[in-house]
Amino acid sequence: MNEKKPLLEISDLSVSFLMYDGSLERSSLQVISNLSLTVHPGEILAVAGSSGSGKSLLASAILGILPGNASVEGAMRYGGEPLTPERQKVLRGGEIALVPQSVAYLDPLMKVGRQADGHKKPRPTAERRALFRRFGLPEETEGLYPFQLSGGMARRVLVSTALLSNARLVIADEPTPGMSLDQAKEALRMFRDLADEGRSVILITHDIDLAFDFADRVAVFYAGTTVETAPAADFRRGPEALRHPYSRALWSALPQNGFTPIDGFQPYAGSLPAGCLFAPRCPLRTAACEAGTPPMRDIRGGEVRCIHAT
Amino acid sequence: MSGAFSRIGRTFLRYLVKTAFLLLAVSIIAFALVSASPVDPVQQYVLGVGGVSPEQRLELEAYWGVNDPPVERYFTWLGALLRGDFGQSLLYRRPVIDIIAERFLNSLALMLCAWLFSGLIGFGLGCLMGMTRDRLPDKIIKQVCYILSSVPTFWLGLLLLLVFAVWLGWFPLGFSTPIGMLNEDVTLAQRLHHLFLPALTLSLMSFANIALHTRSKLVDVLESEYVLFARARGEGPGSILRRHGLRNVLLPALTLQFASFAELFGGSVMAENVFSYPGLGSAVAAAGLNSDVPLLLGITLFSALFVCVGNLTANILYGVVDPQIREEQP
Repeated sequence: MNEKKPLLEISDLSVSFLMYDGSLERSSLQVISNLSLTVHPGEILAVAGSSGSGKSLLASAILGILPGNASVEGAMRYGGEPLTPERQKVLRGGEIALVPQSVAYLDPLMKVGRQADGHKKPRPTAERRALFRRFGLPEETEGLYPFQLSGGMARRVLVSTALLSNARLVIADEPTPGMSLDQAKEALRMFRDLADEGRSVILITHDIDLAFDFADRVAVFYAGTTVETAPAADFRRGPEALRHPYSRALWSALPQNGFTPIDGFQPYAGSLPAGCLFAPRCPLRTAACEAGTPPMRDIRGGEVRCIHAT
Repeated sequence: MSGAFSRIGRTFLRYLVKTAFLLLAVSIIAFALVSASPVDPVQQYVLGVGGVSPEQRLELEAYWGVNDPPVERYFTWLGALLRGDFGQSLLYRRPVIDIIAERFLNSLALMLCAWLFSGLIGFGLGCLMGMTRDRLPDKIIKQVCYILSSVPTFWLGLLLLLVFAVWLGWFPLGFSTPIGMLNEDVTLAQRLHHLFLPALTLSLMSFANIALHTRSKLVDVLESEYVLFARARGEGPGSILRRHGLRNVLLPALTLQFASFAELFGGSVMAENVFSYPGLGSAVAAAGLNSDVPLLLGITLFSALFVCVGNLTANILYGVVDPQIREEQP
């Protein structure tokens, strides 16, 4: 699938927030640094990483809905053209759709049928009803308010909002927390179906073991950057197939793989180390690691940001 | 759906019982306060009639039961109330109930106008502030709101009188109709002309509340996750205000506005006195200053009822309009 032209290319994206700290001093807090990833048509790219690694901000950055005090650097291209704020405005809700993580993203006082239709109502009511039926949502669901939905129904309504727009790129922001294993698998299967129809899906998640099964490629996030992007098959195979020491640590920390933690903690935005962001916790650390941000390198069909990777 | 109606019916009944008890409590407290005060209704009556001998005065006291124990007097009064007899006003020499009915219509016109003014202006400005939060329009209107809500009503009324009635001469100085005109000849336009300044005073006093409340609610809504999602789906500020803002802000604002009947009534006492407007507010002041006990007690009870109706309306409205509350009612 990599022969096809990428739908979304992000290179060296940095997002920082302007902060006012008590005095009149302005400081800027970098939350995403030198992030690069590409998404091709028909694939699921899982974005994995621990909380606070900047995953959800990535979704906001792509859609152009970051808070007003955020500033964005780097290049984003969608369909080969630069993704400018003007284009983001046109594309969001149309070609690029967000699947939010919980029922709190639905207006509590609007019936869900109207919310699934959206403000532009791109599809006729009959089509929405057919989709609800396909999702096993009973006929009367459209007349319910969000608080009357069960967790699973809410999830299906949220996904249907993306399907009813003509999205070519679906960004799903942590769609599985709080779901049972069966529900989570069902949700991921829906995203798999979307990808198999030729759409692209960015699956932001920290249910990484599930992501390994359903995604085509996995991007590993650490402290606001991508440290490795690799085929999902490599993650299923084990640490020797992986390239970055953090990816291996993440794999080993899974319950079924030994539950082994590593020392230290992810650095906070605002106190990022110089050079490689993972260096302070890295077993392979050398003096060269602190010299500068390691470049993204292509190794064995994946990309990795580590000078020691082979 | 019939279930919803019976629920509302039950809520209504519960409030009716509560209101009855509240009015009873108000009547006891008001009666106790008047009994404890140095007001002597007989003296007041005698002043009005003039030329009463000490013997006649004693007869009057016996006839009115002024020297009976207070509890007995209370029950005599309450019994008369329940039969619909509010007594005679000592000041106006007419049945209290007639005065209340006549004055209340005037006050109602005033309060209704002020209520609509303040509601519409307050809600509109609140939305404007919320949409432009922390930018110039928001900052300016917020300051105006703070100033207006800390200014006393009577002072604001005097200021408006000075500017619009004295200097500019656009509006009359007081009363609800032109002086020296028969009631039948007064046109609606003339009544509205007289109503304008007092209504403006009253609404300027209360719109800040609703505006600031609407602003903070709208800011909450705009920071909510569902508005973030709306933006992610390509909705612009106008669409967000129409589809999500108004829907989620209108209901609490409406409730607050109905619950503000008490302040409205309190404000109308001030405004009516400043503008010599013949409503309940000026009647209650006159009754108090002239020790007109039956009128004072009558208006006290009536205003308590009026405030209860406002609160009841707010509660029922919330239950009817908000689907979440509709569902949660037992």
